[in-house]
Amino acid sequence: MPEDCIYIARSSAIAARALAGEMMVMNSADSTFFTLNEVATAIFQAADGHTPLREIVRNQICEQFDVDPEQAQADAEQFVAELSAHGILLVSNQPLAAETAR
Amino acid sequence: MSLMSEVGQKAFNLGVPFAVHLDVTYRCNERCVHCYLDHDDHGEMTTAEIKDVLDQLAEAGVFFLTFSGGEVFMRRDFFELVEHARRLMFNVKIKTNAVMIHEEEARRLRELAVDTIQISVYSHRPQVHDAITKLPHSFERTINSIRFLREQGLRVTIANVMMTVNSSDHLGVQKLAAELGVHYTLDPTITPMMDGGTSVLALRIPGEDLPEIFHNPALVGSQEEFCAPPQPPSEEDLEGYSCSPGHSFCYISPYGDVFPCVQFPLPTGNIRQQKFLDVWNLSPQMKEVRSIQAKDLTVCSSCSHVTSCTRCPGLAYVEGSMRGPSTADCEKSFYRTGVPTANMLRQGLSKPPGRVRLIQIRPIAMPA
Repeated sequence: MPEDCIYIARSSAIAARALAGEMMVMNSADSTFFTLNEVATAIFQAADGHTPLREIVRNQICEQFDVDPEQAQADAEQFVAELSAHGILLVSNQPLAAETAR
Repeated sequence: MSLMSEVGQKAFNLGVPFAVHLDVTYRCNERCVHCYLDHDDHGEMTTAEIKDVLDQLAEAGVFFLTFSGGEVFMRRDFFELVEHARRLMFNVKIKTNAVMIHEEEARRLRELAVDTIQISVYSHRPQVHDAITKLPHSFERTINSIRFLREQGLRVTIANVMMTVNSSDHLGVQKLAAELGVHYTLDPTITPMMDGGTSVLALRIPGEDLPEIFHNPALVGSQEEFCAPPQPPSEEDLEGYSCSPGHSFCYISPYGDVFPCVQFPLPTGNIRQQKFLDVWNLSPQMKEVRSIQAKDLTVCSSCSHVTSCTRCPGLAYVEGSMRGPSTADCEKSFYRTGVPTANMLRQGLSKPPGRVRLIQIRPIAMPA
């Protein structure tokens, strides 16, 4: 999948809330619980299903945090893969409808 | 310490309301003999009011939201409220008797990704359960509902309140839970009525029956650990605070009243008149509850059980002082460890005084 075409959206099966700058995330299906650091929180919050991941990294990460763009992109892809494996994020090469609990 | 415990402690230290218990109605289709509620509707919050409360709770940082009652499904808008809560990304738990949950409702709850549904089951014997709920066929309906929920893959917990009229049934309910593939919890706590009435306390099981529970590894895990004699408190222990009410937890009634806990009937404000965060941050009552350290407890600060006791400040408040002892918890500490509490010793007792029937209630008709 070309990197520029990665779209991410938050799953409707999760609970999430920010606590002192960190995002708490829990998947109701298996009760796995995560806390995301400030950078990961920025990606998670920008996961609207129609903004490409590369654009999220460029606008949300590189502009706000002092990081190397290529390293940031690689880290973001790894982070997205991990959260996707736990059902927290949905990943596609097509824009996704932002899922909310129905 | 688990990640969840760490985050819970962080919320506690920051004074963030991490978890809220919201009763959406006191109306109920059952009339349980031990229930502490007035089931008449005295003007419960509207759909719009509750949605506004949920918006405020999300803004305040609430993560865990428990919908309870009364019976939550007595509200026709209940799914609309759950949908709104899930849109706000709360972790939603529901307490219900489940008799109004059928296949369609179970499917809807799964679609909404509800975390856990806690269901009251009082006995594995239908006639005993129905005699407690006073709703004919409630056992059959509740168990059928649990099966519908399990078919949807939802997590279910059976909550078994233990009282005089079902005291011999907990092993049967535990076995039933295992057969249904659901979690099981046992609670011997009977709470005074919200209006202060104590008649239901006559249903509390006698303290002498508690060791049977406390010495059952299936219920308490390691008996050696659970029943270990109390350790002397350190200076740090005495600087500590009691449980989460007022620190990271609170309770909201169907009328918008905010309390430190569902078992702590100290009014701290009303969200029909104030913003939730104003009540949480500024209420003098909430601040007082929040300020109490172990060293401030009038009797318990000198008790050897002070660090391990399940002392409920709400039950203590109902007994007369939020800084005083909670007799029911003194009794549990004694029967768990065999070591008398400071509250007992000051009364010259080597064991609890036994059940005090302040008001004698008529026993319910209970089949053999």
